[in-house]
Amino acid sequence: MSHPGGGDWEEASPERLYVITGGRSSTSAPVELDLVTLIVARSRPKPGMQPEHAAIIELCQSPLSVAEVSAYTGLPVSVVTVLLGDLLADNRVVARAPVPPARLPDRALIEAVIDGLQKL
Amino acid sequence: MDFKSSEQPARTTGPRSEDALPETAAAAVKVVIVGGFGVGKTTLVGSVSEIRPLTTEETMTQAGVGIDDTSGIDGKTSTTVAMDFGRISINEELVLYLFGTPGQERFWFLWRGLFEGALGAVVLVDTRRLEVSFDVIGRLEERSVPFVVAVNSFPDAPEYPMEELRGALDLPESVPIVPCDARQRSSSRNVLVTLMRYLQGLAMAQEAS
Ligand SMILES: Nc1nc2c(ncn2[C@@H]2O[C@H](COP(=O)(O)OP(=O)(O)OP(=O)(O)O)[C@@H](O)[C@H]2O)c(=O)[nH]1
Ligand SMILES: [Mg+2]
Repeated sequence: MSHPGGGDWEEASPERLYVITGGRSSTSAPVELDLVTLIVARSRPKPGMQPEHAAIIELCQSPLSVAEVSAYTGLPVSVVTVLLGDLLADNRVVARAPVPPARLPDRALIEAVIDGLQKL
Repeated sequence: MDFKSSEQPARTTGPRSEDALPETAAAAVKVVIVGGFGVGKTTLVGSVSEIRPLTTEETMTQAGVGIDDTSGIDGKTSTTVAMDFGRISINEELVLYLFGTPGQERFWFLWRGLFEGALGAVVLVDTRRLEVSFDVIGRLEERSVPFVVAVNSFPDAPEYPMEELRGALDLPESVPIVPCDARQRSSSRNVLVTLMRYLQGLAMAQEAS
């Protein structure tokens, strides 16, 4: 499978990933981020932002999952999670949490999914 | 620590405008497609996804780990594992993501929480290599992840009646097992609907108890 758009980060080396996160491997995110947490930007990127932060804000002008942010930036999920933690702490993006596991299997939810699949 | 990241331009290629989710998208759910190498995971995801399947990567050596240890930085010890995924908008509020992941459990830890919170899983089976599936099924049972089994039909694969496969895979009666052709949207959708009907049954049983 290919990355859409191709790009500079595909070969991101461990050193480079280290630089992007400032060496942090855990996140300061006030919320737990799942692969399918939807991220939405609260504004446009500001000048002077770290380019990776700006790129994420640009991407998230409409809702986008953490997995999609990772795919479009070409950055590993672990790195994206750290960057999103910064943006969440600074109130630059909001996170829409996935349906909580405790609610599964939720019959109304499952039935909505069946309806949706039948329209495919 | 200096931020040198501005040396390289950030990639801003995002989703095509027609692929953007509506502002009303409030929550997402996920389903995991799990199976051995080349069994058709990406094909299945691609045949039902509304976007071209995307790839996310993770490396075995985590960013930052081993920074003082030059052997780690060489990248010699780091393996990149990719996971493909697709998306289906269920309605204006709800989005379903499908993740295809290799059957080998040693890759699963990379995607922290992949199975946690997942609605369920599809075990994609290639009848030429049933062994892979034993492991996967065992692991899902251990983690109490509800799953259905889909049998991909490859031309040179031995054909078994579904019930014979059930025996071979040691599957409980209650777990659905369906034939599929991952290349066909209707067939792949049928696999997903089978999973959802199964989950619906589980939810109803839970309500009743
Ligand atoms: N005959 C037949 N071929 C299929 C089917 N599904 C996939 N294939 C073919 O099998 C090959 C592998 O399919 P993929 O979807 O790439 O398999 P995968 O599980 O994603 O493979 P890896 O990610 O490499 O582990 C491709 O050439 C597909 O066209 C099927 O249902 N029937
Ligand atoms: Mg694949």
